[in-house]
Amino acid sequence: MRESTASIRSKVTWSIVGWLIVFVFFFPVLWMWLEAFKTEPQAASTPPTIFFIPTLEEFQEVLSGDFPPFFINSAIASLVSTFLVLALGLPAAYALAIRPVKRAQDALFFFISTRFLPFAASLVPLYLLARDLQLLDNILALILIYTTINLPLGVWLLRSFLLEIPHDLFEAARVDGAGFRHEILQIVVPLIAPGLAATSLICLIFSWNEFFYAVNFTSSVAATAPIFLVSFISGRGLFYAKLAAAATLASLPVLLAGWIAQKQLIRGLTMGAVK
Amino acid sequence: MLTVYYSFFEWNLLKPGSFKFAGLENYAALVTDESIRIAIWNTVLLTLCVIGISVVLGLAVAMLLNSDVFGKGFMRTLMIAPFLIMPTAGALIWKDTLLNPLFGLLPYLLTPFGLSRVDWVNQFPMVTVVAVEVWRWTPFMMLIILAGLQSQNPEVLEAARVDGATAFQAFRRITLPLARPFIELGALLGSLFVVQTYDSIFMLTYGGPGEDTTNIPFLLYLVAFQGYNIGQASAIGVVAVIMTTIVATFALRTLFSIFQIEARR
Repeated sequence: MRESTASIRSKVTWSIVGWLIVFVFFFPVLWMWLEAFKTEPQAASTPPTIFFIPTLEEFQEVLSGDFPPFFINSAIASLVSTFLVLALGLPAAYALAIRPVKRAQDALFFFISTRFLPFAASLVPLYLLARDLQLLDNILALILIYTTINLPLGVWLLRSFLLEIPHDLFEAARVDGAGFRHEILQIVVPLIAPGLAATSLICLIFSWNEFFYAVNFTSSVAATAPIFLVSFISGRGLFYAKLAAAATLASLPVLLAGWIAQKQLIRGLTMGAVK
Repeated sequence: MLTVYYSFFEWNLLKPGSFKFAGLENYAALVTDESIRIAIWNTVLLTLCVIGISVVLGLAVAMLLNSDVFGKGFMRTLMIAPFLIMPTAGALIWKDTLLNPLFGLLPYLLTPFGLSRVDWVNQFPMVTVVAVEVWRWTPFMMLIILAGLQSQNPEVLEAARVDGATAFQAFRRITLPLARPFIELGALLGSLFVVQTYDSIFMLTYGGPGEDTTNIPFLLYLVAFQGYNIGQASAIGVVAVIMTTIVATFALRTLFSIFQIEARR
């Protein structure tokens, strides 16, 4: 009996330590939410306002102001590019995993090495290309860039999921006379649904939060949500509550997606290596 | 490829017709230019600090979440939030609502310790950037290391305890070696991202004060879009590629060894 009391005590101690650490890490997010529901004077008060009556005032102001177009641009850029990654990546991954084409291993290496190239290195040529094609400040440019950035990772991830499908399944389907299209749509897609989810999640996170290209390639028409936040840098006076409300809204889609699909998140972040 | 090509030319976007072959001039300028040396140093410093600290913290949190504590799932859910928050949003929240010397929460909380009204962003710019990035990357490390710890057989640790191993011995001899590939993977993948840090520098310090927090990506941005010097910017891009290729080579190797470990399971 004595031992179990000791183990309960140690469990309580470590739980408290754990919760303290987690609280410290989560606090900035919590504080962002709290600030977003305050009025401007409350958000900038000293000492900080802890108890207050929550108000949706700032959210309304952000949503009725010029924020929605930025948000919509972000949604278009990340959703379309994610869809393109899946549409282009699945056949490529299939070629690498199920019916290996010649020199598949080399192709794989080339694919994944492009993901490791620093964004900075391709900024200049891509910028000049976009300028010559009149694609600056055009959402199409961001869609193309995000698709190219995420495609290698997408192919790699989808391949790692495809490799887990037993090979016999394809043999059986082919014996039954299933065509290529049938094979992909009826057999592959349902089986790697978690893989598609993991790939979409990672693509979504990277393209939704992407800032480097967005800030350099867009100015007004095609600017995305992170660019909207830049306007707060030079902000003067009372703007914290509004900033917090905008930051909360801008972060919400990825936060929710990541929370819902935590398992896929790990798989995606480790490029399929960790299950 | 085009980057390498442009890096041999002298080309200022604001001067039409200034496109001409410059040979190795841009690279010679790199060697003599002090700002590139500062930027390389800042990049290395930032990456090493952020990765070092967040791996240690991430390992600690992962071990806590892998042990017998209350509310593990909920703890993990809250813990990954900093990684999911939009980096630009996170940086602004830190800068304005937490660190601002007049209205921020931290200076207020630190008043009893005589640290009130410290202007963190301007007085300790690098510390601030490192802190914000550590806040962002610790959850990433935690997730990967936790996945590694969970794939271990708990009976091994139990057996060690029965054999009379202390907690520290068990950690050093069993937990750490088994978690090592995952720690390495987290550190290497993390460095590939941290080397490219741009968002938080843009938002927090804009590379300043002076060049104190200007890293390679930010310098490239300054040279290309504030100075319109395409040739020089391309040369910096080539430097960036070389730096990341070194890290990426190790990352790929670790990745493959983990695939092999997972395949054996």
